[in-house]
Amino acid sequence: MEIFLQQIINGLTAGSVYALVALGYTMVYGIIQLINFAHGEVVMIGGMVALTVITALVGMGLPLPPIVLVLAGILAAIPICMGIGFFLERAAYRPLRHAPRLAPLITAIGMSIVLQQVALLIWGRDPKAFPQIMENKSFIIAGASITSVQIAIILMSVLIMATLTWFVYRTRFGIAIRATAENVNVAALMGVDANRTIAATFVIGAALAAVAGVMYGTYYGITHYTMGFMLGLKAFSAAVLGGIGNLAGAMLGGILLGLVEALGAGYIGEFTDLCRWPLLDGLLVERCANGGHVVLFGSNYQDVFAFMVLILVLVFRPSGLLGERVSERA
Amino acid sequence: MSTKKWIGLVLVALALLALPLVLTTVGTAWVRITNLAILFIFLALGLNIVVGMAGLLDLGYIAFFAVGAYVYALLSSPHFGLHLPFWLILPIGALCAGMAGAILGAPTLRLRGDYLAIVTLGFGEIVRIFLNNLSQPFNITNGPKGITRIDGLNIAGMDFVNTHTLFGIPFTGPAKYYYVLLILLLLVIVVNLRLQKSRIGRAWVAIREDELAAKAAGINTRNMKLLAFAMGATFGGIAGGMFSAMQGFVSPESFILHESILVLSMVVLGGMGNVWGVLAGAMLLSFVPEFLRYTVEPVQHMLFGQLLIDPEVLRMLIFGGALVLTMRFRPAGLWPESRHKLEMNEAK
Repeated sequence: MEIFLQQIINGLTAGSVYALVALGYTMVYGIIQLINFAHGEVVMIGGMVALTVITALVGMGLPLPPIVLVLAGILAAIPICMGIGFFLERAAYRPLRHAPRLAPLITAIGMSIVLQQVALLIWGRDPKAFPQIMENKSFIIAGASITSVQIAIILMSVLIMATLTWFVYRTRFGIAIRATAENVNVAALMGVDANRTIAATFVIGAALAAVAGVMYGTYYGITHYTMGFMLGLKAFSAAVLGGIGNLAGAMLGGILLGLVEALGAGYIGEFTDLCRWPLLDGLLVERCANGGHVVLFGSNYQDVFAFMVLILVLVFRPSGLLGERVSERA
Repeated sequence: MSTKKWIGLVLVALALLALPLVLTTVGTAWVRITNLAILFIFLALGLNIVVGMAGLLDLGYIAFFAVGAYVYALLSSPHFGLHLPFWLILPIGALCAGMAGAILGAPTLRLRGDYLAIVTLGFGEIVRIFLNNLSQPFNITNGPKGITRIDGLNIAGMDFVNTHTLFGIPFTGPAKYYYVLLILLLLVIVVNLRLQKSRIGRAWVAIREDELAAKAAGINTRNMKLLAFAMGATFGGIAGGMFSAMQGFVSPESFILHESILVLSMVVLGGMGNVWGVLAGAMLLSFVPEFLRYTVEPVQHMLFGQLLIDPEVLRMLIFGGALVLTMRFRPAGLWPESRHKLEMNEAK
């Protein structure tokens, strides 16, 4: 039971990060039906920039409280990521908006590679350790521990998601975004500047990605120039799980995916331990003797879960949990 | 065909036949480099069926290559003590890869193309995770260490390790592989060309251009897309088998995302759907890294006195940049297929 609760807490934390990244995918997809492959790379760059800023501030030896350091990291990462998001839309995707579908997809994957290699040039090939700035206090709840970083990540993403929801549903600009997503041409006729709205969507997504990158870095304590790839893939799976194009879906999908992954990684070893299965332990008497284990799939298969979820959703409910049908759209 | 064309063809054939012998005098390493280049051209032409003809973006193509390579490695190495003949394993590997393609494609191909792209991207990574971890509790893939001492080819009692002398000309191992690869390459070119003109090929083009219209015209779009996908995967599997035999060693590190991107760049840069364009694009991008290897470091040392940009990084930048710039300025590739050109430019 303690393990279960512990994995729930870990899953919620990772899921909050996935949800923030998934929002970026889903917003862009909702408005121009493009999978922005380079989005994961934006997250990575956000983490890297924050790491650089925080390391520099720590190096200066000022007695700054940790919260200020993290905020400084986030505030540095956000504008840079927003800039990248804007650049991506303006330079790579906008010229191809009316091209056949394959073209922007190929561009997106190309941009992702370019961003990755640029990050490699700037920050080097080795993984970078995030400086330990706050002592990571743990609180024990019913046998499971939750750290202050985890609490901060969950609270912050809830706050951001609430703000985003308010922005999209209550402000004029949010209405413009939703109108453009519904129908670009009609929105334009109603006086919405479509180009500006689409660019804004990219920029907002990139800002969320920056925050997610900093969270990821502080949570796992490490950043690497390839980290955006898997993270992006998982976040996209989360967006599909929730129903791509749907904001609430991305949030729900992210959290669910985090939980599935954490619980999966926590229990798969136990579950695929052949010695636990009545028929098979007879075949493996020697290896199972004296409490031995023959674990088919251990927690090193953690990264596979997101992919399994993606495939299962595509097979059984391509529209996702909260989405409308997308398979019919041409 | 006119006499002129025939003469040209014969000259090209002779040049291709003589190439390894000439390269051997420079160094066997160059024959090996050429062999790898041919293998990648082969891969590019296989991917061309999927991306170019049917218009399905496959970002994990290297996974099928990996399946073929590991099937060969497992069935023909001391790892399991199996030493089956290659003419049996190569088809098995191709079949396995093709089936992997069909299994992966079945759930995703009925959806929009973007899903296929992301699923194949994930699949490529998953295959690598499995290859890396399937050494516990039963050692199947030998994990990150990979499988060594894989048997080379052996045709009619002639092994591909030692040098044989025929008509007074010494044929080294790599040179012999070169000829086998050349035959395979010819095969895939012929398949590509024949497909293009066939009923199937035209169905693919129709799907690529307008799936709804293709469906209305009576094409079973799902099966056709599945066929393209599985066929591309099959060619990937064959190439993988050859890779295993040639290298004698496979490890998961050979099958990373970057290799998929490399093959995709070849197809896109050369001109999706156009066999000769893809061939040219693949040749260009196969030799660029070799060129960079010999120029980037000395030039940088000369200009800046130190190495600022690693050739490997530059290589990836070029591939990524090639994808972006091709789509931006020549969406149908450097040597476009006429039909594709119409399609990619129609929006403007």
